[in-house]
Amino acid sequence: MASLKALKIRIGSVKSTQKITKAMKMVAAAKLRRAQEAAVAGRPYAERLEAVVASLARNVGVGASPLMAGTGKDQVHMLVVATSERGLAGAFNTNIVRAARRKAEELEAAGKTVVFYLAGKKGRVLRRFYPKGIAVDRDLSEMKVAGFDHAKAIADDLIARFEAGEFDVAHLFYARFQSALVQEPVAQQIIPVAIPASAAPKLANSGDATVAYEPSEEAILADLLPRNVAIQIFRALLENAASEQGSRMTAMDNATRNAGDMIKRLSIQYNRARQAAITTELVEIISGAEAL
Amino acid sequence: MLHFELVTPERLVRSDEVYMVTVPGADGDFAVLEGHAPFMSTIRDGDVLVQKTQGGAPETIAIRGGFAEVNARGLTVLAEHTG
Repeated sequence: MASLKALKIRIGSVKSTQKITKAMKMVAAAKLRRAQEAAVAGRPYAERLEAVVASLARNVGVGASPLMAGTGKDQVHMLVVATSERGLAGAFNTNIVRAARRKAEELEAAGKTVVFYLAGKKGRVLRRFYPKGIAVDRDLSEMKVAGFDHAKAIADDLIARFEAGEFDVAHLFYARFQSALVQEPVAQQIIPVAIPASAAPKLANSGDATVAYEPSEEAILADLLPRNVAIQIFRALLENAASEQGSRMTAMDNATRNAGDMIKRLSIQYNRARQAAITTELVEIISGAEAL
Repeated sequence: MLHFELVTPERLVRSDEVYMVTVPGADGDFAVLEGHAPFMSTIRDGDVLVQKTQGGAPETIAIRGGFAEVNARGLTVLAEHTG
């Protein structure tokens, strides 16, 4: 049995670990609220933009822009993996990376070439599995709050690479925020733009056919499609920010509770050891007195 | 009344029933009243003028980048930045 002193030290160390995890949980909870609000506030724009792109696609046809129609090939796939900058967030990053790896394996099995675009430091574990497949490794550590400008920078970079012919299809990986307990990793095709099936049927009496475009359908499309890519990435960053905090909060809550259990167990062990020591001492005194 | 929505990627800035909105279109300003025909335009950087009531003093909102859509439900301005 461990000595009394060793047990005491052990209990002290678990207690201070518990203090840290508890503090992290509280910080995550406070940040979560803000991140969640931002994610919710960003949804209307993305939804409306999606609707506009869908209605344009119906009216103009898909042949108008490579961002909509694709390059005509399906060989090189770019996987944009959005992760967080920090760990200790439970399975948050692992889940996203796993989803990306699964997709990559699937594509490679089908004979496609896969390259990665890492947005966030925690995606770097992919280097181990695809040492040559990392096209871009973007550090987001300077990003305290997900801003549209960050998303736009990534989107501009991505579109420039697309136009340079580096890849044919781009997928975006992030974790959609559902609740503090549930964050669902999702894969989304962003280039060429995926027209949601729900938006495809024409609205009965919306009079879509008579929509006037200024300056022209093509000009609007040329403006809209890159914007749509940026918005999808922005949405991913926002959802990720909320998911990260939610995941961290849950993970730290579990850690705090585990530490509590451990302290309880160690305390019992400590008290037993102490009692055993006292009993031994008493036995020694009594048997000493009887011997006289 | 015209249903007017101003949205940026960060948030829904405005969702109101108003009388008239003047939007800085890429090919020139245009004003939207209730019952406007379906219309879509890119916008240039400039000010959106919102008039709550007929003849009322317009409220000015500076916007940057984006486009405007008019459909049966009203006017939606999707701007990259406001203010």
